[in-house]
Amino acid sequence: MKRSMVSLVVLAFVLAFLYVPIVLVVAYGFVPNGLSMSFLNAQGEFTGVTGKWYSMLFSGHQSVRALLESFWLSLTIAGVSTIASCMLGTTSALALHKWKGRLQSVHHALVYTPLVMPDILIGISLLMLFVACGVKCGFWTILIAHVTFCVSYVTMTVLARLADFDERITEAAYDLGAGPWYAFFRVQLPILLPGIVAGGLLAFTLSIDDVVITSFVNGAGTNTFPTYVSSMTKHSRNLPSVFALSTLMLLFTCAMVGVSKLLTSGARFMRK
Amino acid sequence: MSAAAKSRRGEWLITAPSFLWLALFFAVPAVIVLAFTFHGRDASGGVGEWSLSTWRELVDPDYPTIVWNTLRISFEVTLWSIVLAVPCAYAIARMGSRWRAIVAGSIMLPFWTSFVVRVFAWKTMLHPDGWLQSCYLGWLTARDCMFGWLPAFAQKALLSVGLASAGPVDPATSTILDSETAVVLVSVYTFLPFAIMPIYAAAEKFDFSLLEAARDLGAKNFYAFRKIFIPGIRQGLVSAVLMVFIPAIGSYVIPQMLGGTNCVLIGNKIFMRAIQNRNIPHASALATLMAISVLIPLGLSMWWKKRQDIRDRRRLEEQTARLMTSALEGGVQ
Repeated sequence: MKRSMVSLVVLAFVLAFLYVPIVLVVAYGFVPNGLSMSFLNAQGEFTGVTGKWYSMLFSGHQSVRALLESFWLSLTIAGVSTIASCMLGTTSALALHKWKGRLQSVHHALVYTPLVMPDILIGISLLMLFVACGVKCGFWTILIAHVTFCVSYVTMTVLARLADFDERITEAAYDLGAGPWYAFFRVQLPILLPGIVAGGLLAFTLSIDDVVITSFVNGAGTNTFPTYVSSMTKHSRNLPSVFALSTLMLLFTCAMVGVSKLLTSGARFMRK
Repeated sequence: MSAAAKSRRGEWLITAPSFLWLALFFAVPAVIVLAFTFHGRDASGGVGEWSLSTWRELVDPDYPTIVWNTLRISFEVTLWSIVLAVPCAYAIARMGSRWRAIVAGSIMLPFWTSFVVRVFAWKTMLHPDGWLQSCYLGWLTARDCMFGWLPAFAQKALLSVGLASAGPVDPATSTILDSETAVVLVSVYTFLPFAIMPIYAAAEKFDFSLLEAARDLGAKNFYAFRKIFIPGIRQGLVSAVLMVFIPAIGSYVIPQMLGGTNCVLIGNKIFMRAIQNRNIPHASALATLMAISVLIPLGLSMWWKKRQDIRDRRRLEEQTARLMTSALEGGVQ
């Protein structure tokens, strides 16, 4: 009994450790002084909270324009690379699941290795490729890099879903006269869809959050949200706007998860 | 076309997109990096003639120190993460299923905010005027009082797990921002959930009645925990170590934002060489060193796993043989 008390105390400590920065992210969005990032003035008096960073974000104020632009670029890249990596990842998982020859063991190694390599190695090696080919870095190189590191995650997620897939369903479709295309699009794909969506969500999260790989292949002047934020490390007056935008993102994600929870529980309720 | 040839063509068609993509954008670049290490640098910041000069220049006193520091800090981060993750995983696995889902979910929730923004929040928290700075000074003083009397070799061992300082503490120059402590602290913060999850996955499958059995047989709580629980979750421990150690080796953002000039790791040096002072061969050589530091623990874990499998199989065979012999003997009698 004593043992589990100790572990509960550690757990409580760890949860606090994990949540303090999140609470601060929300709080820093309301700081009046963007330079000192403190609610207190030089005399140590409380200066109150402000909503001006939020109104700047919503009105697209001059000083947050670059931040908003980087944010839209991140959304675009994350969206496109999610779709591309879902297509590549699904075909890859289908091939890995169906065949087991020498080709597939090389294929598997190609898919698996990026998962265990640190991001920075993927970033530097892609940069070297672009240097060797003389390609100018920008939007397209970022996109290629993001698709490359997302494919493996989608493949693994879809592969896990395929492991539970009952092959007899496709065989039944064939026996009933379906062609290979029809059987794939009308029978197999709908069953795999939850796996593909899960992989896609993972790819989107990874892509929108990536800073290491992007900072190698973005070239001068093209910034996604994370690289823009990390370039603001040097004293910037508009830091609270970053925290305000992050708070909005956090609220949005929570709302999405809440809605999906409601929808699934609603669907379960309807079925009953 | 025969059925076999048709199936072969189908395999190629479905494999081709991802295979070619990853070959072109993952395998080929890796080969290019390796090839660049055997080149010199040309005057315009490009890649020069074939030569071994890059590898010779790596002996430069700068580089071995950086590699050693990276390994040491990654080790520290891994150690602290595991020490914190094991009790957490244990506590979560012992909860009822409802609480389990809530707590496991809330451990992953911080990932819904951007990683860079979280590191930024830490940077603001670690400001020299902040309360964490006073905690840091208190910690340094307490550490010196606790371990200051130990002999030199023990000090050295403590230094390697971050429990001793290299010199005397000066409150004016010891800031937590731009220190190794800040890098370790925020790295543990970032990687801890990746350590908890695999250990929790293993602990969830663990049969806790074994612990009660050990206690009934007279084992002390901690003894039972160490001798029964830890071996029971070793698969989870191994993957947790890899999940923390590998990204820690490749760490770049955290030391860049929080370590200042006092904590430059391989990742930062690669970025410096590749982007800022444009020495592509050096960046490639450092990347190769990093890849080696990642592949060694990975290879070791695979070897360990294979050995475990063989041992398990052998144990099973022995047991079967014993059962069969006893059954046969029983039959004879």
